[in-house]
Amino acid sequence: MTITETPATPLLPSPPTTADGLREGVIGTSPVRPDGIAKVQGSFEFSSDIFAEGALWGATLRSPHPHARILSVDLSGAWKINGVEAVITAEDVPGVLTYGLITHDQPVFARDIVRYVGEPVAAVAADHPETCRRALEAIVVTYEVLTPLLDAEAAIDGSSVPIHPDGNLIRHQRILCGDPEATGPVVVEGTYEIGMQDQAFLGLEAALAVPDSGGKGVELHVATQWLHEDRGQIAACLDLPVEQVRLVLGGVGGAFGAREDISLQVHCCLLALRLGKPVRMAYNRAESFLGHVHRHPARIWMRHHATAEGELVKIEARFVLDGGAYASTSSAVLINAVTHTQGPYRCPNAIVDGYAVRTNHLPCGAMRGFGVVQACFAHESQMDKLAQAAGLDPVEIRLINAMRTGDLLITGQPVESVAPVERCIRETAALAMPTEPIGGSDGDVMCLPGGAGRTADVSHIRRGVGWGVSIKNLMYSEGFDDYSTARCRMVNGVVTLKFATAEVGQGFVTIAAQIARTILGVDEVLLDRIDTGIGSAGSTSASRQTWMSGGAVDAACRQVRERFFEHVAAAYGLDPLRLGIDGTDVVDTMGDLRIPVTEAAVGVEFDETVEYRHRPTEDLDENGQGNCHVAFAFVAHRAVVDVDPDLGLVKVVQVATAQDVGRALNPLSVIGQIEGGIAQGLGLAVMEEIIQIDGRIRNASFTDYLLPTMLDMPPVLVALVEEPDPQAPLGAKGVGEPPCISVTPAVVAAIRDALRQVDGVGRDLHRVPVRPADIAL
Amino acid sequence: MNEFYTLTVNGRDHEIADAWLGENLLYVLRERLGLIAAKGACEQGECGSCSVMVEDRLVCSCLVLAASAVGTAILTVEGLAEPGAPTDVQQAFVDAGAVQCGFCTPGLIMATHHLLDRSAHPTEMEIREELSGNICRCTGYGRIIEAVQQVALARREAKS
Repeated sequence: MTITETPATPLLPSPPTTADGLREGVIGTSPVRPDGIAKVQGSFEFSSDIFAEGALWGATLRSPHPHARILSVDLSGAWKINGVEAVITAEDVPGVLTYGLITHDQPVFARDIVRYVGEPVAAVAADHPETCRRALEAIVVTYEVLTPLLDAEAAIDGSSVPIHPDGNLIRHQRILCGDPEATGPVVVEGTYEIGMQDQAFLGLEAALAVPDSGGKGVELHVATQWLHEDRGQIAACLDLPVEQVRLVLGGVGGAFGAREDISLQVHCCLLALRLGKPVRMAYNRAESFLGHVHRHPARIWMRHHATAEGELVKIEARFVLDGGAYASTSSAVLINAVTHTQGPYRCPNAIVDGYAVRTNHLPCGAMRGFGVVQACFAHESQMDKLAQAAGLDPVEIRLINAMRTGDLLITGQPVESVAPVERCIRETAALAMPTEPIGGSDGDVMCLPGGAGRTADVSHIRRGVGWGVSIKNLMYSEGFDDYSTARCRMVNGVVTLKFATAEVGQGFVTIAAQIARTILGVDEVLLDRIDTGIGSAGSTSASRQTWMSGGAVDAACRQVRERFFEHVAAAYGLDPLRLGIDGTDVVDTMGDLRIPVTEAAVGVEFDETVEYRHRPTEDLDENGQGNCHVAFAFVAHRAVVDVDPDLGLVKVVQVATAQDVGRALNPLSVIGQIEGGIAQGLGLAVMEEIIQIDGRIRNASFTDYLLPTMLDMPPVLVALVEEPDPQAPLGAKGVGEPPCISVTPAVVAAIRDALRQVDGVGRDLHRVPVRPADIAL
Repeated sequence: MNEFYTLTVNGRDHEIADAWLGENLLYVLRERLGLIAAKGACEQGECGSCSVMVEDRLVCSCLVLAASAVGTAILTVEGLAEPGAPTDVQQAFVDAGAVQCGFCTPGLIMATHHLLDRSAHPTEMEIREELSGNICRCTGYGRIIEAVQQVALARREAKS
C-alpha cells in the first residue's frame, strides 16, 4: 500500500515529569493538544479554510416542498448568468443514483419525487457564492405538490401510501424476555416525547474537490467522521473504482453524529469532475439544518411493574422513532433504543416493541447518544414515578435496582463490562450541593431564572433536585465487522503514526501520541496526515475511537516494540523477553543493561500496520434475544435547577456527575468530553428543538434554534470512576456519549421536584425540551 | 457595482480590487486576504465565531459590510501574536483544555482579550456575561472559564 508522504505535525516539547511522577505526555497525563497552538492562533485549516487556485464555488438547489412530484426542471435561466460554469441534476450522475449509510435509499439528486423540504434537486458551480445564489434562483422547477406523510403512527399501521419504494416502515423490532404475565403491586406508566435535536456543530459542512489532472480520479478534502465509508458511497455514485477517489480529512469543526452521513461530498466531486477544475462547497447555517441528519424525535410509552420494595419485575414499552424521509442509521438507532429500555437496572421480564418509520420530515440518523438518549428520558422519568409510588427517594430506587457486572439484559446478553452503577450513584451523591442560595448571595439577577429580563420574584422561585442514571453501549453492534487500522513506524528512534481516524475535536490525536510514548519510550511522536492512504479506522462515533483506534495504535506500537527488542537483544546477546521499556530507556529487566531508546534505535527502521477488531457481536432474533452489543459504560447525573413557576423559566444551578470511564488516559480530555456532553444534554432538556410545521422547518438558524451559552451552563462537578475494563485494550471505555444521556432526565426531574414544592403535586413534564408553557400553564 | 477600496488589517493596508461591494468583512478577510482565523458559523451575529476588533469595538465581522470598514483599524487573531509565540490568553486556552474542535476558538480569543483589557478582575458571572455571545458546542465552557480566570490571575500576579 502506498502511503502519502506529507509533512507531519511535530508535538510540542514536554517537561520530563508531572506532579504525580508520570513522565509528561504518557498515558494518564494530560499533554496539550498537538493542534492546540494552531487552533488558538487561527492557522489550523478547517475544511472551510482549504483554498485552491482557480477553484469555483458549488451550491445546491433544494426542494421547498415536503412531498412533491417533479414535473419539469428548466436550467436555462442559470446557464444565462455570467460566471456559471456547471449546472447538474440527477441526469448527470454517472454511477448509482442513491447513497446511504446502511441502505442506499437517498437520491444524489431527486429525479421524480422530493420527500423532504431541503432535498437536493440540482447543483451549480460558479465564480462567486453570490453568482451561485443567483443561478439557483434562476432554475425553474415545476412541482405537483403531494400530501406529505407527517404522522409516524400512520406509517406503522399501513394506512398511508408508501412514500418511498422501500416502504414506510424502516424497521420493527420486538423484545420478549421472561414471563410476559409477570407483574407486581406497584405499576406506573407514562408516554414520553423527545423533540428533534440538531447536532449544531459550529464548523459548517464544507469541502474542496480537486480532479486529477488528465485522469478520472478526484481528491476530496472534507470534514467527515468516516473517510472510508464516505469514499465507498462517493465512488459508487461517481462510477469510479475506490482507488480513484482519495479522501483527506479537512479540519473538522465538531461532528456529534451529523457528519456520519453524506451531505455535499458527491455533489462537490461531480462538479469538479465535470469541469476538470477544483470546486469548493460550503453550507450556510440554514442549509446545514437541511443538509444533515438529526436526532430522531420519539414517542415512547413505558409501563413499569415492581415489588412493594421497589424492585423491578417487568417493563412494557413501545417506541416510535420518526426517521424522516430517508433511512440513514434509523434501524441501528432503533435497536439501540429498544435494547436500552431497562436502563442501568436489573429487570427479569420485558415486552418491548419498537418502530422506526419513514415520513416526509427531515431525515434523522446519528447524534451523540444514538437512540439511548430517547430511551433514557423515558426510563428515568419512570424510575422517578416508581420511587414515588413505592415511597422511596430517587436515589434509593436506583440503588435497589442498580445493574452489576454479570447481570442479564432483556436481550439475554450478560453485561460483561465492569458495571459500577452503584458507585457512580454514590459518588455523584457525595459531590457537594450548591451552597449559594436562590439568586446567589450577592443578589445578582443573572443568577435567577429569566436573568437580565429581571422577571423573577425571588420568593416564588423553587429549587429542585433531580437524578438520571444511564447505560450506553460502546462501538458497533449486531454483527458489524468493526475494525480500525493503524501504522507505526520507528526510524532512528523517531516514531510516526498513521491512521484514518477522524479527529473531530475530541482529541484522538493527543491520545494516539500518548500511547506511542508509553509503549515505545520516546518523547517525540509525529502524526501523519489523516486520509484514505491507509485502511479504515471506522467511524468517529459510538464512543469507539479510543477503544478501537487506540487499540490499533497500541497494537502497532507493541509490534514495533517487539521488533525493536529483538534488535537490541541480538546486539547484546540477550533473550528479547528480558527487555522492557522504563521511561525513555530500554532496560534488561533481569540485568544491568539500560540504554536510551533514541540511542538503541539509531540506524534501524521498523514499520508495522495492524487492524484491531473488537469481539464479534450477534444479530437479535425475532424476540430480540442475542448478544448484539460489545461493551457498556455507565454514568450518573444529579441536577439542581431553580424554577420560576409563574413564568415557566428555569436556571440550571449545578450538575454533578460520576462517570464510569474505565481508565482516564487523558484526564483533561475526559473532563472536556463530560462537560461538553452535559451542555448538549442540558440543551435538549430545556431549549433545543427543531420545529417543523406541515413538514417545513421553522427555526433553521442560531437565532431561533437555541443553544446553551456560557450563561446557560452551570458549574459541573465531576468524579471519574476508574475501574479499568479488562476487555478494553487500554482499560479505557469510550467517554463521549454517556455525559449527554442521563443529564436530560436529571434536569427535567429537578424541574418536576421544584414544581412539586409549589402545590404538592407538580407537573408531569413528559416531553423534552421542557418549554415555559409546559411549566407555567 | 465593483470598486476598489483599502482595508487596514493588523496594521497593514490591503487593497481590495474588483470586489463586489455586497461582501461582508468576514468574507473579505477570509477569501480576499487569506486571513482564515475568523470563522463563519451562523452569518447572523449569534455565535461570535467571526469576532474581530474594529477600532476598539468587538464586532461580528459577518454583520459588517467590508466597504464600511474603510479607514478603521481592524484586528484579527492573526494580528495578536506571531506564529508560534501565542499570547497569554492563547496559551492558557491550550493549557486549560479550552480547545476541542477549535472552530469557536479564534472568536473566543478575541472576546477574551477584549474582556481582560477592560476588566482585570472579572467575576465568574462577568466572564459568563461577556463571553455569552460566543457559542461553543464542544466544551460546555467549563475549561474556557478556567482559562480566562488563569490569565486574569497571572496578570494580577505579574503586576504585584
